[in-house]
Amino acid sequence: MARRETPEINAGSMADIAFLLLIFFLVTTTMDVDSGISKKLSEKPPKDYVPPVIKQKNIFEVNINRNNELLVEGETMKLGELKEAAKNFIDNGGGEGKEIDGVSTGLCNYCKGAKSPTSSDHPNKAIISVQSDRGTEYGMYIKVQNELLRAYTELRNRLALDKYNVSYDQLVDDFKRDSKNEVLKKKVEDIKTSYPQILSDAEPTS
Amino acid sequence: MSKFGKKKKEMPAVNTASLPDIVFMLLFFFMVTTTMRETTLQIENPKLPNATEVKKLEHKSLVSTIYVGKAKDKKLGNGDKIQLNDKIATPDDITAFILNERSQKSEAEIPYMTTSIKADIKSSVGTITDIKLKLRDVGALKLSLSSRKSEAIQE
Repeated sequence: MARRETPEINAGSMADIAFLLLIFFLVTTTMDVDSGISKKLSEKPPKDYVPPVIKQKNIFEVNINRNNELLVEGETMKLGELKEAAKNFIDNGGGEGKEIDGVSTGLCNYCKGAKSPTSSDHPNKAIISVQSDRGTEYGMYIKVQNELLRAYTELRNRLALDKYNVSYDQLVDDFKRDSKNEVLKKKVEDIKTSYPQILSDAEPTS
Repeated sequence: MSKFGKKKKEMPAVNTASLPDIVFMLLFFFMVTTTMRETTLQIENPKLPNATEVKKLEHKSLVSTIYVGKAKDKKLGNGDKIQLNDKIATPDDITAFILNERSQKSEAEIPYMTTSIKADIKSSVGTITDIKLKLRDVGALKLSLSSRKSEAIQE
């Protein structure tokens, strides 16, 4: 007896099945890349810790009240003006920098600020302190953090453009792609230490 | 003159034989890129704030996520709730949560562990501060405040 030909499987509905699966994955897929404002928390201070005395002029106080209004250095301010105010404060360069390993960093020779004696001495001494109320909206808090970080980023970009003819963002990108490059690493470190981010979160008022 | 008397030519049907191939290609793309949410949210899907100075979270496996927002279950009240894993929790549970996450990782990876806080923009800073204090006590110092990347923020 001759072998019977096997009938071909009908593949007409394959597209339908694939469509069904496709729609399922389309619906369940979430394309979000996790991103966020990164922060480093300070370590828990020991019990007998005495906070160092810091000159008032080196602290930039930002208060946010429960109605999401800003009080900067004792004056009300709009969110849009915060970045410039923070930049002026960080970049003031009115005096000597702090000592690192017993060596004074001296005057800030890259600052372009007003050199006012009532504002910060040096970018590595300039502390920005954010105090918020327990009832402050989280969205507002993030906006303030973002503005302050932008102030730092703009100053770093400016310095990097002056020194190395390339923006700081570009430097960091290049360094990420080529993480073994010692020259790039040095440049990034240099800009970072020139304008260190000193952002502190004060305990909120209730 | 038969030219004019001719019946109009019928339109050829579009060949759909390659349709399954196209669909399969799309299917594979979505299968590969999809990430299943491993936790079911007990709180309302948080509306993340927008920010310009965001950094991408690098090592996904070393990230532990804390959700903050309003509870879906209205019986639990209207205030901010914290969700760890699958349950609504109190700030006191965070210590155990972090220690548990750490026990699943090797010793060498622990310094690189990051905590990501996904909080709704309407939640209050007080809740976030409670979480931060707990994280500080347990020594989980790397923190990421989850926000969306945007070019400029409006007033």
